[in-house]
Amino acid sequence: MSPAPTVPPTAARLASEGRAAAAVWKREMITFQRERMHLVISLLQPLLILVALGVGLGTVVPEDGSGVGYVTFLFPGVLVMAIQPPAFATGASILWDREFGFLREMLVAPVRRESLLLGKVLAGTTIATCHGGILLLFAGLAGVPYDPLLFAGFVAVLAPASFAMTCLGALLAVCVPSPKSFQAATGLLLGPLVFLSGAFFPLNGLPSWLVALTALNPLTYAVDAARRVLVSHLPAGAADGMFRGLELWGVRPPVSGELMALTVFGAVFLLVGARRFARPD
Amino acid sequence: MTSSKAPGDRTESSPPAAIRTEALVKTYPGVEAVRGLDLLVHPGEIFGFLGPNGAGKSTTISMLCALTRPTSGGLWVAGHDVRVSPDAVRRSIGVVFQGSTLDDKLTSEENLAIHAALYGVPRRQVRERVVAMLTLADLLDRRRSLVRTLSGGMKRRLEIARGLLHRPHVLFLDEPTVGLDPHSRAEVWRHVHRMRSETGATVLLTTHHLSEADNCDRIAILDRGRVVALGTPAELRSRIGRDRIVLVASDPGQCSRRLADSLGLSPSVEDGALVVRVEDGAAVLPAVMAALGGSVTSVSLVRPTLDDVFLHYTGRSIGSEPAEGGDA
Repeated sequence: MSPAPTVPPTAARLASEGRAAAAVWKREMITFQRERMHLVISLLQPLLILVALGVGLGTVVPEDGSGVGYVTFLFPGVLVMAIQPPAFATGASILWDREFGFLREMLVAPVRRESLLLGKVLAGTTIATCHGGILLLFAGLAGVPYDPLLFAGFVAVLAPASFAMTCLGALLAVCVPSPKSFQAATGLLLGPLVFLSGAFFPLNGLPSWLVALTALNPLTYAVDAARRVLVSHLPAGAADGMFRGLELWGVRPPVSGELMALTVFGAVFLLVGARRFARPD
Repeated sequence: MTSSKAPGDRTESSPPAAIRTEALVKTYPGVEAVRGLDLLVHPGEIFGFLGPNGAGKSTTISMLCALTRPTSGGLWVAGHDVRVSPDAVRRSIGVVFQGSTLDDKLTSEENLAIHAALYGVPRRQVRERVVAMLTLADLLDRRRSLVRTLSGGMKRRLEIARGLLHRPHVLFLDEPTVGLDPHSRAEVWRHVHRMRSETGATVLLTTHHLSEADNCDRIAILDRGRVVALGTPAELRSRIGRDRIVLVASDPGQCSRRLADSLGLSPSVEDGALVVRVEDGAAVLPAVMAALGGSVTSVSLVRPTLDDVFLHYTGRSIGSEPAEGGDA
C-alpha cells in the first residue's frame, strides 16, 4: 500500500477548495442550460406583470410632464422581481440535493462545507442575474431605451441583488428541515419583500414604522438603484415625481452605497448560513 | 480474529491496517447503535459486515467516513486517526452509500468529473481516469447518457466506479446490491472483484444476504452493535452447520440403509422425512437421487440462512425482534 496522502499546504488547499466550489457552480450551470423550458416559463410571470399592471395602472397614474409613464417606472421593479424565483431556487436545490442523496456525495468529499455552499450561491447569483438580463430584451415594452450603457448599469445592480437574495434563500434552506417547509417560508417572505421594495409604488410617502421595515429590505436598495440608473438615461424632466428616488429619514443613499449594502446583506446571510451548514451531524 | 494489539504495538515495519477500530461506541439518545466494536481489516481485503437492519453496520461506516462522531473508542482508516485528521481520511476513502447519491440530471461522465474536482484529482488526469473507470464499469458507451436513463444495476456500477475515481485506499460499499435483480447483483459483484484486483483497494461492505457473503474474503457478523462472529465464509459456514437434503420417500427405513451402504451417509428420520446433512448439498444431491431411484416422492435442499447463522450465534431469530437503532 502506498503511503496515504497527507494534508497539502495552505495555497494548494485554497486552490482545491476553489476548484470544488467551481465544480458545484458548474453542475448548476449545466442543469440551468438543460432546463430552458423552465427559464421561459419563469420569465413569463414578470412579463405579464409588466404588461398587465404597467399598462393597466398606467391609465390611472398620471404621466408627469416629461411623457414618461408608469410602465417605465415599473420596469426596474419587475427586473428585481424577476430575479427572486431563481435566487430562491438555489436554497430549494440544497434541500432537494439532500432529499435525492447528492448532498451526501458532496459532504463526504475532502472539502469544506463552506466551499460547497459558496459554489451553490455563486451559481444562484449567476442564474438569477441571467434571468434579469434576459428580461432586459423586453425593455422596449416599457419604453426603456436600448442603450448598452444603461443595460450594463442594470446588470451591475442585478448581480449584487441576486447575490443578496440567493444568500438569503440559502440561509433559509439550511434552517428548515424539508423542501416543503422551505417553499412555505419563501412564500411567506417573498410577498412582503417585493411589495415593500418600492417595485410598484414610491416608498417616500410611507409611515415611519414602515420606513424602518423597508430599510431592512435588501430589495429596497436594488429597486432604487436600478431606477436611478434608469432615470439617468431618461429625459431630464423625468427625475421628479414618482422617479424622485428613495429617501430614508431624509437621507438619499448613493447608488454605490446601495450596491455595497446589497453585497453586505448577502455576505452576512452567507456567513451565518455557512456556519449552520458546516455544523457536523 | 479480533484485534489483539494496542495501537502502540504497531511497528513501522508492518503495513498499517486498512481499517482498525478499538472499543468503538456510538450512542444516540436511547439507542446504543454500536457497542464496543473491535475490528482489524487488512489491506486489499474484501471484508463484509453481515447483519440485520439495526445491527450498527451503517452507523459504523458513517463513523469510519468521518460523517458521524463516535461516542467513544478509537478508529483508524488507511493509517489516519479518524478523530484527529478526518480530511486525510476522506481523501483516502471512497464511499458508496445505501441510496443513490448520483445526480440523475447529469450524464455519467459529468457525475465523475464533478467527483474528480471535489477530490482534487489532478486536472490533466481527469479525462483519462473518467474513461478508465467507465470502461471498468462497462459504461463507456453510456458516458453521455443522463443518469436517470440508466438501469438500477448500471447506476450502482457507476457509483462504485465513481467511488474509485480518486484511487482511494479503502472503498466502503453500504448494501451495494440492495434493490437489484439477481442478474444485476451478480454483475455488481463481478465488478467489485474486478475493481479490487485492478486497483488493489481494500473493500468494506455491508449486506444482509448470507448468499452474498461468499464474495468476501472475511466476514463479521454484527448483532446489536457487536461482532458476534468473524472469519472466512467457509469457516463460518462450517461452524454454523451444513446443508440439509430433505427427502420424502415411500420407505424411509430402506432408503436410509441404501444411502448408508452405497454413499456412506448417515441420514436421520425427522417428522417422517429423511434428512441428510452434508457440506455441499448441491454436489451430493445427484448421487443421492441415483442411489434411491424411483422411491423418492419429493426432495428439497435446505441451505443455512442468515437466520440459521444468527440463531447459532445469538440464540435468537433475526425476525423475532423488531430492528432498532436506525441503520442510518
